[in-house]
Amino acid sequence: MMTAVLTRIFGPSNLDLIQDVVQDALVKALEQWPYTGVPRSPGAWLVQAAKHRAIDLLRRRTLLADKAEQLLREWEPSEPPPDDGLGPPAFADDLLSMLFMCCHPAIPREGRVALALRTVAGLSVGEIARAFLAEEATVAQRIVRAKRQIRDQGIAFALPAPGDLPARLGSVLEVLYLWFNEGYLARAGADLVRRDLCEEAIRLVTLLTRHPPTDQPATHALLALLLFQAARFPARIDSEGDLLLLREQDRARWDRRLIHRGFRHLGRSAEGEEASRYHLEAGIAACHAAAASYADTDWAQIVDLYDQLHRQHPTPVVALNRAVALSRLHGPEAGLRALEPLRESPALARYALLPAVLAELWAEAGAPERAAALYRQALRGPCSEPERRYLQRRLARVAG
Amino acid sequence: MAKYLLLLHLPKDVDAELSPAEMQAIIQKYSNWRERLSREGRFLGGHKLGADRRVLRRDNGRVSVTDGPYGEAKEVLAGYFLVEADSYEHAVALATAGPHLDRGTVEIREVDH
Repeated sequence: MMTAVLTRIFGPSNLDLIQDVVQDALVKALEQWPYTGVPRSPGAWLVQAAKHRAIDLLRRRTLLADKAEQLLREWEPSEPPPDDGLGPPAFADDLLSMLFMCCHPAIPREGRVALALRTVAGLSVGEIARAFLAEEATVAQRIVRAKRQIRDQGIAFALPAPGDLPARLGSVLEVLYLWFNEGYLARAGADLVRRDLCEEAIRLVTLLTRHPPTDQPATHALLALLLFQAARFPARIDSEGDLLLLREQDRARWDRRLIHRGFRHLGRSAEGEEASRYHLEAGIAACHAAAASYADTDWAQIVDLYDQLHRQHPTPVVALNRAVALSRLHGPEAGLRALEPLRESPALARYALLPAVLAELWAEAGAPERAAALYRQALRGPCSEPERRYLQRRLARVAG
Repeated sequence: MAKYLLLLHLPKDVDAELSPAEMQAIIQKYSNWRERLSREGRFLGGHKLGADRRVLRRDNGRVSVTDGPYGEAKEVLAGYFLVEADSYEHAVALATAGPHLDRGTVEIREVDH
């Protein structure tokens, strides 16, 4: 949020400076607020602190000394945005402008998402790398290149013209999708979920549905998907703080209000011709939301949706999920057959879930030794603490 | 009921690697902790300490003043909270309930009365 407001003041060519002063302001807050208490308008405090630091730094670059004075004169302190709720229109526009700027077509695709997650969501490079299943150095480079593009091309900090908005929306939705996923799966460290990230992503997509040019069927589909997933939060963690899979969750604990909202937006998403990936994924999530239990789920419908999704997006993760659904419908052997071509996929090499899924299916198919070997393989790969505990529990069950 | 000083120590450069989102999460935790203590009427005050320090010593009649910050020391006294608690154990519980132990150490000293 801070980054967006500061980018409007100081311009997109100063993104590096802005990131530094945002960091500085947060460190100051972190040092002071435990003792002074959080100010009544923390957002305004942070923006002020960052702005002053930025002007200080800009002053040191003699060429820009005049511009800094000009900015000081021009900046009208407006009503600080409320910290819950969606804020006044101008502020919401800053955030959307920031998102759309990061998703400009001149910026390479992976760079857009990385830049938005870094500057708008405030994720670290490491967190973004895990979300992409990529190397940290690669992600860092993408961000550097994206910033350079913005500078070199003079990309403006502004919402695209209403006519261009729908076309640019795709990128923005993709960013928000990945943003939510980072919070939902939280592969880093001991934290199981970063609810704050999920809630922020939902907040931003909701904002998009209330802004007429971005109020599109795909936006509603994405929102439906996020709401269905967020509805599961109360049921996803057991009493020891470990992850519960979909089939283990007590569905009575799912948040019914979020599910209702999800269905409402799913309905709105059907007011058009398209079947974007978000439509399909929301449809799958809706099948789960509507089922009283794992066993009662309409797996045939889910497999059908995954077939369509795989045609549109033949990614390893989609293939993996499709294979699981297939195994529910036709038995573990069907799932194993579907997963054969994926065994050597490089993208999944860093993804603890593939060997774990294979292990489950082998265990169900009556081959516990193969299952045990695969669980051990999964444990050798990178995984979060809760994932590690889960894998060890499963290993104990097949090996014991 | 007695007063206890919670001396909050932090390793140097503790915040160097944090992302904005992580920092905001930590700030929220401190805010919640402080609010809880205030609501229970246990928070008597707290201050952040500046990074510079002066250490005075008299040697052979001459006063020497050495500047901060910390040189060889690995931990820095970042600030303090003054709280009201029923006992040392209670003060320990109050300190443990807060987020500071995720980042540094807490030294607890009872204020004599």
